[in-house]
Amino acid sequence: MKHFSISFIVGGGLTTLFIIAAILSFFWTPYDVELLNIKGKFATPGFEHLMGTDHFGRDILSMVMVGTRNAIAVSLIAVGIGAAIGVPLGLWAAATCMNGSRIIDELLMRGNDLIFAFPSLLLAIMITAVFGPSIINAIIAIGIFNIPVFARVSRGAALSIWPKEYISAARVAGKGSTRISYEHILPNILNLLIVQATIQFSIAIIAEASLSYVGLGSQPPDPSLGRMLNEAQTMIFFAPWLAYFPGGAIVALVLGFNLMGDGMRDILDPKLRQRSETGKASNDAS
Amino acid sequence: MKIINLIIILFLGWPSIGWPMTLNVGLQLEPPNLDPTSGAAAAIDDVVYGNIFEGLVRINEFGDIQPSLSLSWDLVNNGKSYIFYLANDVLFHNGDRFTAADVKFSFDRAKSNGSTNAKKYIFKPIVDINIIDPHTIMITLDQARPDFLFNIGLGDAVIVNEDSADRNSFNPVGTGPFKFVKWVRGDRVELVRYRKYWGPSVFLEGANFKFITDPLSAYTAMKAGDIDAFPNYPAPENLFLFKNDPDYEVVVGLTAGETILATNNRNPPFDNLLVRKAIAHAIDRSELIDGAMFGNAVPIGSHFAPNHPDYIDLTGLFPHNLDEAHKLLLLAGYPNGFNVSLKLPPPIYARRTGELIASQLGRVGIKVKIENMEWAQWIDQVLINKNYDLSIVSHVEPMDINIYANPNYYFGYDNDDFKKIIFDIESSTDAINSSQLYKLAQKKIADDAVNGYLYQLGKYGVWKAGLKGMWANYPIRSNDLRGVYFVGGEQ
Repeated sequence: MKHFSISFIVGGGLTTLFIIAAILSFFWTPYDVELLNIKGKFATPGFEHLMGTDHFGRDILSMVMVGTRNAIAVSLIAVGIGAAIGVPLGLWAAATCMNGSRIIDELLMRGNDLIFAFPSLLLAIMITAVFGPSIINAIIAIGIFNIPVFARVSRGAALSIWPKEYISAARVAGKGSTRISYEHILPNILNLLIVQATIQFSIAIIAEASLSYVGLGSQPPDPSLGRMLNEAQTMIFFAPWLAYFPGGAIVALVLGFNLMGDGMRDILDPKLRQRSETGKASNDAS
Repeated sequence: MKIINLIIILFLGWPSIGWPMTLNVGLQLEPPNLDPTSGAAAAIDDVVYGNIFEGLVRINEFGDIQPSLSLSWDLVNNGKSYIFYLANDVLFHNGDRFTAADVKFSFDRAKSNGSTNAKKYIFKPIVDINIIDPHTIMITLDQARPDFLFNIGLGDAVIVNEDSADRNSFNPVGTGPFKFVKWVRGDRVELVRYRKYWGPSVFLEGANFKFITDPLSAYTAMKAGDIDAFPNYPAPENLFLFKNDPDYEVVVGLTAGETILATNNRNPPFDNLLVRKAIAHAIDRSELIDGAMFGNAVPIGSHFAPNHPDYIDLTGLFPHNLDEAHKLLLLAGYPNGFNVSLKLPPPIYARRTGELIASQLGRVGIKVKIENMEWAQWIDQVLINKNYDLSIVSHVEPMDINIYANPNYYFGYDNDDFKKIIFDIESSTDAINSSQLYKLAQKKIADDAVNGYLYQLGKYGVWKAGLKGMWANYPIRSNDLRGVYFVGGEQ
């Protein structure tokens, strides 16, 4: 078990917990999340409602479960979009760069910089403002600002693989750039991409919560962690649990994915592990 | 006047009154400009009405018409003409003397083709303005119009000075007890007592209107003492926290805002009276008021303010009854309900009420899709282009039941009987008769279930204990500070 760091175990545990809760919410929640019960509003956390009820008498545990599901779904699809578009772009840029035509590489990467330089949340707000607030537009918005991240990571990693001898061997054997990228480069940078995806995933969770917080994510009555926080805002003085649980869920979810990402990097990227170990050793020595 | 102030101070005790002081007033919305004669925003009147600008008459906190720049008036010519006797020795804040010519200028300006006045209809019936002498003016209308006097008490009809009128939007000059000092955009408008004010001297040395959009910041600003008074506190859910605190006073009053489930009567299925009645039966007002307004609102059964003398209670017309609603939907040919969209503007009352309405209509099989939007979108889609099924909004204009007589309004209610009632009201000079007609009008739109009538929007006044003279109600939008003073405790 020496390969699994503490951060991976904690992160993986948290993530698994939330994923189980999210999957469970498809089949069962303690109460119906769309059931409003004004008479039962502001119930304190207890046996009847583990996390209490909100200002409409909805069960907060049920809402957190469904909200987590929405957050994970949004992030999964958004990161998927980012990777599906960003990775081929990055590989293409690296391939053209290696073939000596810098123009396409430059165009791709400067276009990347353009999206990258634009504050991501602002971009998301712009997209949802133009096309209307909805969960689909939130996914697209978050997806778009994931593209340059994946493009950059895969280009950088691919460039370090291209000079390798087995790539030269593949070229000599007559394989084209596309085929080499697909058959040789991609499998070799996959570890890095998985780690990056995990990190992006936690960023996407925050982005989804932020968009919902300002009302541009999923629309009521569909529960969302960000909107729950927004609605709790004026009530935290007398019903703080309205903010604790969705806020805590966001923190735990993001922390979980971040820790898991760190842990996975340690496992999947042996070079980095060696470096950090030698670093530690030299630190110990000094 | 100084002597009266002195007596008040001595009577109440100098150390405790903290006079003269500058009052910090919290408002949620910053006005887009400061000229009440060229914009519809209630946020303008919130700052300037009665403080900077005055009209010929003034509406007080009870909605009564009081003398203002016109000390008295006569109705002549069978109610078609008004003779206004104007106050002497009135100075505008720029030093110009107020005369009948200013009245003529102000009304001509509001009436002119290029005018951007939001209530041009007030001035449209004016056929002649005759200056009899510098302090007497006769205004003749096309016919007797009993509501004219109330209308010229609104912010849209305040008297402006010819020299400064064009700059009122950023440097307002009026005749009121407070003079404009500066406007720090995004933060506050500062006023100071006008020492040459013609009327009774005010108690405050000045006033800062501070703009705090976020309800949470409003709470902390009140608690920290940065704000002395929030005339219309934005979060009804927090009121009880102030009620439990002896340092604050909470006064829940009424606005002129009828909150309605606006219904597009043009389009199916809402062109069917049975469907509208079914919705009326499906609405549970007490749940809405409890859930969305935390108990701080008054139910209404028609489009009329409950504190008006002509109000009749029609909330029992369509009692909350799901069986009845189901039956009516069945009769209308929708046994399984239908799908509609509910477009909601940004205010929190609309968003919260919207979620509850969606849930209530869901209980009778009407599937509601909520669409939250910004004001600009709402005005464009709902109000102007009438591209909507249902919406929730508060109609804050006072005495605005006449909007139902306009078939092109966004409700799309086109009823000749109702138009006749409004026509009769507008030409009636007999108070008893017009009161009867107003009751008839309320009954008519309630019977036709034109919209869902939900509740009257409350005015949630929160201020430091000992602050007296703030308005309890908003018969019109104004935070007239002329009567405001502090007693007891440290200020």
